[in-house]
Amino acid sequence: MQNELPPNLKRIESESIEIMRDVVATFRNPVMLYSVGKDSSVMLRLAIKAFYPAPLPFPLLHVDTTWKFKDMITFRDEQARANGVDLRVHVNQDGVEKGVNPFTFSSSTYTDIMKTEALKQALGNYQFDAALGGARRDEEKSRAKERIFSFRSKNQVWDPRDQRPELWNLFNPLIHPGESIRVFPLSNWTELDVWTYIGLENIPVVPLYFAALRPVVRRANTWIMVDDHRLPLGPDEVPEMRRVRFRTLGCYPLTGAIESAAETVEQIVAEMAETRFSERQGRLIDTDEVGSMEKKKREGYF
Amino acid sequence: MSATPGQAADKDLLRFITCGSVDDGKSTMIGRLLHDSKLIMEDTLHALTKDSRRYGSHNDGVDLALLVDGLQVEREQGITIDVAYCFFSTPHRSFIVADTPGHEQYTRNMATGASTAQLAVVLIDARKGILQQTRRHTYICSLLGLKHVVFAVNKIDLVGYREDAFRRIAEEAEAFAAPLGFRSVHVVPISARDGDNITERSPRTPWYVGPALLPYLETIDVYSDVLSKPFRFQVQWVNRPHSEFRGYAGTVASGRIRKGDPIVVPTSGQRSRVQDIISYQASHDVAEAGDAIVLTLEHDIDLARGHVLCAPTELPEVTNRFAAHVLWMDQEPLISGRSVLCRIGTNLISASISIDCKIDINTRVRVPGNSIGLNEVAFCNLVAAAPVAFDPYVDNPKMGAFIVIDRHSYRTVGAGMIAFNLDRRDERQAGQRTVDKTARAALKQQNPAVLWLTGLSGAGKSTIARLLEARLHAAGHHTMMLDGDHLRGGLSRDLGFTTEDRVENIRRAGEVAKLMVEGGLIVLCAFISPHRAERAKVRDLFGPDEFIEIFVDTPIETCIARDPKGLYGHARSGELTNFTGFDAPYEAPDAPEIHLKTPGLTAEQLADRVISVLLARRLIARS
Repeated sequence: MQNELPPNLKRIESESIEIMRDVVATFRNPVMLYSVGKDSSVMLRLAIKAFYPAPLPFPLLHVDTTWKFKDMITFRDEQARANGVDLRVHVNQDGVEKGVNPFTFSSSTYTDIMKTEALKQALGNYQFDAALGGARRDEEKSRAKERIFSFRSKNQVWDPRDQRPELWNLFNPLIHPGESIRVFPLSNWTELDVWTYIGLENIPVVPLYFAALRPVVRRANTWIMVDDHRLPLGPDEVPEMRRVRFRTLGCYPLTGAIESAAETVEQIVAEMAETRFSERQGRLIDTDEVGSMEKKKREGYF
Repeated sequence: MSATPGQAADKDLLRFITCGSVDDGKSTMIGRLLHDSKLIMEDTLHALTKDSRRYGSHNDGVDLALLVDGLQVEREQGITIDVAYCFFSTPHRSFIVADTPGHEQYTRNMATGASTAQLAVVLIDARKGILQQTRRHTYICSLLGLKHVVFAVNKIDLVGYREDAFRRIAEEAEAFAAPLGFRSVHVVPISARDGDNITERSPRTPWYVGPALLPYLETIDVYSDVLSKPFRFQVQWVNRPHSEFRGYAGTVASGRIRKGDPIVVPTSGQRSRVQDIISYQASHDVAEAGDAIVLTLEHDIDLARGHVLCAPTELPEVTNRFAAHVLWMDQEPLISGRSVLCRIGTNLISASISIDCKIDINTRVRVPGNSIGLNEVAFCNLVAAAPVAFDPYVDNPKMGAFIVIDRHSYRTVGAGMIAFNLDRRDERQAGQRTVDKTARAALKQQNPAVLWLTGLSGAGKSTIARLLEARLHAAGHHTMMLDGDHLRGGLSRDLGFTTEDRVENIRRAGEVAKLMVEGGLIVLCAFISPHRAERAKVRDLFGPDEFIEIFVDTPIETCIARDPKGLYGHARSGELTNFTGFDAPYEAPDAPEIHLKTPGLTAEQLADRVISVLLARRLIARS
C-alpha cells in the first residue's frame, strides 16, 4: 500500500487514522480544532483519509482571536470551501467588547481571554464531548507528558498528576456528562515528520511558512510582521522589508519570524536539519515563565 | 520529495522505555542521549541552564533530567511522576523514548510507557545494586511482553569504575532476568552524568568490551513476527456514507489479507470474502498488519464495532470465560467478584473478575488472596457478559490485551493480559457454551446472593425486606423476594405447622433461593426460621460470600403489641400451638452478618443500615 510513504511515516499515519476513527466511533459529538497551522493542515488531510469515502463526520472549530495573520483567515476559508467542511468560527465577544489586545494587556492575560476562555466558551456552547487537536509531544515538555486521550473535568481542567493510565492502543472513551476528552492524534509526530508528510502528500499550507519579503520590525530578539495597521509602532520603529518565514503561526503580534531563504518544503526540511533553535522559539507566549505552557494547559488551553 | 541526507525519512523506528528505581538516573540518561546526539536546541539549552539554577540537583552545570521532567511539580520535587515521550534520531535509527517514573506509587505510569515499547533500558545504581523496584519493573516489562532488556549499571564513576562492582550486579541481573522470557539481555556500565559508555566506549572502563549504549540501541534486531501471524482485523467503525456502500474501518492487527480471501467472524460463525481493500482514493490487492484500511465484503453480514474478522483456517479462541494476568492501577483495590467493563480490542464488554491468586511481584511466587491494591498483579478468572474472540497475549498482544474500566467512575483501573480459555476443551468441541451463575450475574452486573432475614413473627422482616427490595430494584439490581406466605400458597401448600413441616418449609425455601442465586438474582428471604441448625443447612447451600444472615431483633413485647396477623392473639387463646416465641423456642443467631436491633428505628432506617453493609461488603456497588 501507498508505496510513496516511507515506513515510519506510514506507521504514524495509520496510528493517527486509527485514533480519529476511535473518536468518531465512541463519542456522541466530536469536533476537530482547526488552528490553520501546518499541523492542522496535516490533521485535516488525515481526517479526510480516515473516513473516506464518507464525508468528514465532525465539524471544524477555529477559535479566532481577531489577531491572526490575514493570510491565515484567507487560507482557512479557502480550505473549508475546497474540502466542503462544516467550519465553525468562534470569537470571544466579551473580550472584543472589552478591547482585549496583545499590546495593552499582558500576553498571558490576552491568551487567557482570547484563546483559552474563547475555546472553553465554544466547547461549552456546542456541547462537544471530544475535541481533536494537533498538538505533538515533541513541541514542549508538558505536552510530552500528555496522553493521546487526555481527560478533562467538568471545568475543562487537565490534572497532570492524575492522568488515566493509557495502555497499548486501548483508549478509554467513557466520560460523565459535562466531562470531555481532548484527543491528540499527532502525539507521536515530530516537526520533521510533519514537513516530510506535507511534502510527500502535497498538502497545502499557509504561504507564511515559506520565505518571502515581508514588512517586519525587530522586537524581543525576533522579527514581528506588520500585518495590518493595528500594530502600534514605537517612535524609532520603522518597518523594513526582510526575507522571512514562520515556523509556527499564531497571533501576528506574538509570533516571531526567522530570516530564511526557504521557499519550498524541501528547503524548509533542509533548513531544519541545520537549525540550532526549536520550533516554539518564535512563540512569545511560551516564554512568560518557566512551566507556562503547563499552566495554560491546566486551565484549558489547547 | 527525496529524502534529505541525514534525515529520518526511511529509517526504522525503535520504541523503548527507561525504567528502574527512583534516583537511578533515568531522566538524566535520556537527557544525556539527547544531548550527545546533538538534539538539544540552543534556546532549549538556554532554558535548561535557567531551570538548572532554579531546580537543578547538581551544583555545577546543567541538570539534564530537567529536559524531560516537564511538569512543574516534577521539577520542584526533583522526581518523575508521569511518563514523558521524547524523540530523537541518529543516522541509523529513529527513537521514541518513554521516560517512566521510578517511584512505586507511579508504577501504573511506567506500565503505560512499557505497553507500547519494544525494549526496556533498566537503570541500576552501581552503589545500590538491584533493588525491589528494579525487579518489579523488569517483571512488569516481561508481563507486558517486552522482548529485549538492557540493564544500564549507572553511576559507575561513583564506584571508582571498578569491574568487580559491575560484575556482581551484572551476574545478579542476568540470573533474575533469565526465567522472564526475554529474547535478549544486555548489561552495560555507564555514567549518564558524565557520558561514559553512552555514545562510545569509555577509556575509564577498559575492562568492558561490549558496545556502548547508543550503538547497541542503534543495531539491536527487534524484528516483529506480527506479519507471520494469522490474519486478525478488529472492526472499529462502520463506514456507510450511503445505502450503496458499507465498509468496515479498522487497522489490521496481525497477518495479511488479500482481495478475495475468505474471512470468518468467530463469535457468530458468519463467513464471507473480501471484496475490496480501500484507503483514501485507492483500492489495494493486499493489506498487512499496521495498515489502517476499509474492507468491503461480498456478503451483507451483521457486523459492528467490536467484531473481529479472521482467517478461517486459524481461528482465535471464542469464550466468555478466560484467565488473565491483571495489573491493578487504581487506589481502590480490586475485590474478587467485582463487576467491571473491559475493552478488548474495539470491544467494550461487561465482565466480572475473580482473583485466582495474587502474584508477588518481587519473587513471582503465587500467593493466596482475594483482593489486590494499586500496582499489584493477580492471576484472575474473568467471565464476560458475552463471548469474545481473543488470542493469548503472548501470541498476539493486539488480540489478548485489555483494559479494565470502573463501571461508575469510568477510570481506567487495570490492565489485563489474557492467558487462556477457561472453558474445557471437550465442552467447546461439543459446541457447548457454559452459561453459569457467574455468566448470568455478569449480564445483570451484580453479585448474586441471599439476604436471609430471621426473627420473631411481627419483628418486621417482611416490611424491611420489601423496602430493601424496592431500594435494590431502583438501583438496577435484579431481585426476588420470598416469604412464608409466598411458599405456603403454592410450593409448600402440603405443609402444616408441625416442627417437621416447618423444617421442611425452610429446606424448600433454601433450595428455591439457591436456584434463584444460580440464576444470578439477589434473593430476599423473610422467614422466622427459628432453628440454628436449619439456618446453618441453608447457609451451606451457598458460597461463603453469598449468604447474608440478617437478624431482625425485636423484643417479643413489641411483636405482641404489633401482632400484624393476629397470630399472637390466637396463640394466647390456645387456638394456635407450637408458635415461635410463645410455646416454641426461637434460637437467635450467634454471629449474623447483620444484626438489626429495631427498637427506636424506623423500617427505612433499618433498610438503610442493610444497604450500607452490602455496599461495604461490595456485594453491591450502587444504591
